[in-house]
Amino acid sequence: MTTREIRYLEAVREAMIQEMEQDETIFLIGEDIGAYGGAFQVTHGMMEKFGPERILDTPITEMGITGAAVGSAMLSMRPIAEIMFMDFVTLASEQLVNQAAKIRFMFGGNATVPMVLRTPAGSGVGGSAQHSQSLENWFVHIPGLKVVMPSTPYDAKGLLIASIRDDNPVVYVEHKLLYKMKGAVPEESYTIPLGSADVKREGRDLTIVATSIMVKRSLDAAEQLAAEGIEVEVIDPRTLKPLDTETIIQSVIKSGRLLIVHEAAKTGGFGSEICSVIAESEAFGYLDAPIVRLAGRDIPIPYNRNLEYHAVPQVEDIVEKACDLVKARI
Amino acid sequence: MKLTKKLAKNLLKKMCLIRAFEEQADKSYMEGKVHGTIHVSIGQEASSVGSISALNPDDYILSTHRGHGHSLAKGADPKLMMAELFGKEAGYCHGRGGSMHIADIAGGNLGANGVVGGGNPMAVGVGLAIKMRKQNQVVLCFFGDGAFANGAFHESMQLVVRFELPVIYICENNQYAMSFPTGDEKTSEQLAESGEYYGMPGIAVDGNDVLAVRKVVQEAVDRARTGDGPSLIITDTYRRKAHSRSDRDAYRDKKEVKEWEAKDPILRFKKLVTDDDLLTEEEIDNIAQQANTSVEEARLFAEEAPEPALETIEDGVYAP
Ligand SMILES: Cc1ncc(C[n+]2csc(CCOP(=O)(O)OP(=O)(O)O)c2C)c(N)n1
Repeated sequence: MTTREIRYLEAVREAMIQEMEQDETIFLIGEDIGAYGGAFQVTHGMMEKFGPERILDTPITEMGITGAAVGSAMLSMRPIAEIMFMDFVTLASEQLVNQAAKIRFMFGGNATVPMVLRTPAGSGVGGSAQHSQSLENWFVHIPGLKVVMPSTPYDAKGLLIASIRDDNPVVYVEHKLLYKMKGAVPEESYTIPLGSADVKREGRDLTIVATSIMVKRSLDAAEQLAAEGIEVEVIDPRTLKPLDTETIIQSVIKSGRLLIVHEAAKTGGFGSEICSVIAESEAFGYLDAPIVRLAGRDIPIPYNRNLEYHAVPQVEDIVEKACDLVKARI
Repeated sequence: MKLTKKLAKNLLKKMCLIRAFEEQADKSYMEGKVHGTIHVSIGQEASSVGSISALNPDDYILSTHRGHGHSLAKGADPKLMMAELFGKEAGYCHGRGGSMHIADIAGGNLGANGVVGGGNPMAVGVGLAIKMRKQNQVVLCFFGDGAFANGAFHESMQLVVRFELPVIYICENNQYAMSFPTGDEKTSEQLAESGEYYGMPGIAVDGNDVLAVRKVVQEAVDRARTGDGPSLIITDTYRRKAHSRSDRDAYRDKKEVKEWEAKDPILRFKKLVTDDDLLTEEEIDNIAQQANTSVEEARLFAEEAPEPALETIEDGVYAP
């Protein structure tokens, strides 16, 4: 394979382009994805390449966009819907939650909904309360939906191709701060199976399970902790649903300590699910210290730069919690 | 409706203040003092000022992401607005909201909105509360042409008619919703026709003519106050600048932008008042100068105001 460094947003775009080139049933639908190139430039140039028959630029109609994806997917098209900010999935959620998620089961397996809904989550760009939310766990809670959250350009491409080829509705959550991140990505097409976690760094003293932007911050923290002699294992579940519980359980059995890091608000966040998985598993008996969740504060994202920064976990917070945790005992 | 010297001065003052405020906001953004993004309404001042000049001080407005003009027209203090853009504790939202969420509840501005169409359903509730409390107030709900396609618009139209509410929906048709060319698809007259469909008057007006806007809004306000229910008004205008600070503005013809510059609402009004001998050149210059001075004061205030204290970060989510 030929590998080169590209940015996360280019990896997302490349996945879509390569899939569209070999499968005519794939099309894109969303707001400002044509001439504008998408609010974050993810679809830049795709209108020129595929034309308005396959790049469907819409007015501001989140429920309509999502419904268009659901209905066409029932007729074996493979739509990719873009919701400009994850905050606006609130408007799309009827079609996603009541329709897309239920159709296969409710109709006794007689129809499938092979669609992807792509959307950027996360704070850090001054978007304030209505343009910064991380709502992934809402969808994890809905049987019938899959939830994917890539943290690197490599994962972004492989997971998106797998999501497009999946016969179920997939919510694919990008992160605004990751769009410019560079990483090695093969030119060729490849998939990463949904439901496979990735050990991003090995270590024996402590397991960190982190999602999206928090994977990068945890790896930066792990680097600092290594200098102090603390060896951290960093696991990225990559798909929240289906969840690769085995990789997490085995790591906790090895390290005996678990720190969970995510950006979404702590209460009812995905960390609660990971906690429960460990509490219910054989790993529970191996814990040397209580599990710690480090997550976004239970507040809307504030506008002020400093408050925004401190609303969600940063590298120094992870370092501090990890240091406390390696010293803690049950 | 006769244009008095006093009214002419007031309308011009507000429009100049909005222009000066947004030009400064843009500059401060470029200097890194304003975080995130801002949406300026340069070229649309007649729409906000004309509309809001038809209100009493105790009437309400609901605003949009492009809301600096609405806010200032409703009487907001530029100091507290600029401080909010700078994320300072002294700002209208104590630095929690920013440009897209300025609200001046005491002044009757129930908030800008980060969600397109977000205010339209809330206007139903504001209208209901006014009616239930037997007040003689009205609410102006601003929204962009982009919200026209959204379900929120249509549901709200049904409800305000059904309950005969004192709500005036003002669609500021600045021709584009980001890159989506509403203006190519539908004229303001065509958008206005949907009012009739829902059972209320629908009126399109030249949104760069402050007096024309004021007149149609005044008529709608009078209807609403006397129990004759809601109206839909489309102010036909143009977004001269890019959508926001992150827009490359690659989707429209620069010639079109130039053409609209020539229809500048402030220049137009200045010409009208000088032609009619209502205001002298000197008076006009003074008004512009005053606007610059108060914006400069606002900038200094915002620069010097303290940041919110980190210890307060979790405050204010819930009412006690
Ligand atoms: C529900 C929703 N979808 C998408 C967006 C992103 N967005 C912000 S402003 C905008 C365009 C709005 O156009 P319009 O209503 O015409 O107002 P204008 O910006 O032209 O003043 C879009 C798509 C949003 N804020 N809310």
